[in-house]
Amino acid sequence: MKGFLLSFQSEFYKTRKTLGFWGAIILPILISSLAFLAVYTKSDVFVKMPPMGQWIQFSMISLGSMGSLLLPIYTIFVAYSVNNVEHKADTWKTLFSLPISRWAVYSAKFFYALFLLFLCLTLFVIFNVAFGNLLSVFKPELKFNEYHMELQLIQVYYKLLLSALGILSIQFLLSLLWADFLKPMGLGFVATITGVILASNNWKYSYLFPYAHPMGAIKSMVKNNNGPSKMLEIDIYTKDVYVSLVIAVVVFIAGYYIVQRKSVK
Amino acid sequence: MVIKTEGLSFSFGAQQVVKSLSLQVPAGSIYGFLGPNGAGKTTTIKMLLNLLKTGEGSIHIFGQELQSNRISILSQIGSLIEQPAIYHHLTGKENLMNRALLLQVSEQRVDEMLKLVQLTNAAGKKAGQYSLGMKQRLGIALALLSDPKLLILDEPTNGLDPNGIIEMRELMLRLVAGGKTVFISSHLLAEIEKMATHVGIINNGELMFQGTIHELQNINQPMIRIEVDNTVDAANFLKRNNFAVNDINHDHLYVPFISKQQIGDINTLLVQNGMTVFSINKHHKDLEQLFLDITQSN
Repeated sequence: MKGFLLSFQSEFYKTRKTLGFWGAIILPILISSLAFLAVYTKSDVFVKMPPMGQWIQFSMISLGSMGSLLLPIYTIFVAYSVNNVEHKADTWKTLFSLPISRWAVYSAKFFYALFLLFLCLTLFVIFNVAFGNLLSVFKPELKFNEYHMELQLIQVYYKLLLSALGILSIQFLLSLLWADFLKPMGLGFVATITGVILASNNWKYSYLFPYAHPMGAIKSMVKNNNGPSKMLEIDIYTKDVYVSLVIAVVVFIAGYYIVQRKSVK
Repeated sequence: MVIKTEGLSFSFGAQQVVKSLSLQVPAGSIYGFLGPNGAGKTTTIKMLLNLLKTGEGSIHIFGQELQSNRISILSQIGSLIEQPAIYHHLTGKENLMNRALLLQVSEQRVDEMLKLVQLTNAAGKKAGQYSLGMKQRLGIALALLSDPKLLILDEPTNGLDPNGIIEMRELMLRLVAGGKTVFISSHLLAEIEKMATHVGIINNGELMFQGTIHELQNINQPMIRIEVDNTVDAANFLKRNNFAVNDINHDHLYVPFISKQQIGDINTLLVQNGMTVFSINKHHKDLEQLFLDITQSN
């Protein structure tokens, strides 16, 4: 456990000056600011909606872009980035000749990538809530202060995090095995586009394809209630989320055995 | 023995790159691991660090089997393999601090290492902007950070200027005087000759020679090197007088050395028969020559 914690700390130390780390902070700021500007400049349209509708419309700007393309692509990038640090510096050999178990080195790297994803999505929730409330300060005619959906936002972004784990584990392994940029990123992009097409066309089995999960997660987030409801209920554990979790666990463990057998160059 | 391997072999696919290697590295030695490029030196070193799975044979380090005592063994080894592994986006000091974090070593030790390899002034500079020699020195600082008992260095003088090479040599000698063992690979014999106490020579994955540096020099039969005005006449004359002449060139001829007395006899004989002797002395082939002889004879 100590080896894991030291390795995790070291991952932060190494990447704190890289785009992989700062991306987790810049992306939510950027997207949330754009959403803020969109609502601010089009406030006349939003004024006509009830407070809950305003929140949903505002939040969907971030959620929609994340769910469709941004989240899979950011996940692919994070997986690439944490491994590329070692490929570029040719440091796998030193990493694996430290008096720390291989399992600790491998898992710390994976969980650090997961942590970046978590950080990114947490900041999305925070900025989404903050900018929403800020809108009603700058534009009092908007009624963001009259409705609260913090819990639902946390639930949706948590669902998004879970739905991205399958992609993360696959891309993590690909980026670990391949030193170059094009192979893991290229495959990831093609798979993401395929996933978006499958999910947006409601293909019956798209829940089995990990790259379709973020979009599937957005599509399946609202619980189907009968009749009109004042409360928005989020359905977190849908079958695509379960598939994503199973893929993440299986690929993560399989990846360790592949790494274990692989000679360190 | 600090390192002891038995029947160590390794193959990349069908190509066997290390063949039944039995290394014996005594404690407190500077073991020069010599061989031309591609002889299997780096592969062997990677097996010693458990980076490559051993094909056949066994590795014992500090008397313990490597595979089953990996972490306790690695905690006593510092290593530098091929070109130094350095994060270019971090400064020299940050590279050391990162490793210090993993090895739980103090910042004071980091500063000491920077001083030792004379990088204190460049500590705040991005390592990507370092010269090759500076990177190599940083690599050595990284290897020494945990104050390891055994230092495994793969071609550590690559990229160093003559001054750097001398400093490195002095550093190795100081480390060994302090009780450490150094295993150092090189394809440059002259460099190893100046510091190694023990030598292993590898070619095409096979160990050609292993022993102390003196044993290596003793294998090499000393010669009497004679510089005369006419080497051909002198050679013929010596042959007629029952001396074996091993080698002859424009300036020198070589006769196997037996005793000092024999040098005097040859000198007298040549001078008395009207030949001018410019110099006559006992001569060891340099190790470079010996090394070529050993590797080429197989």
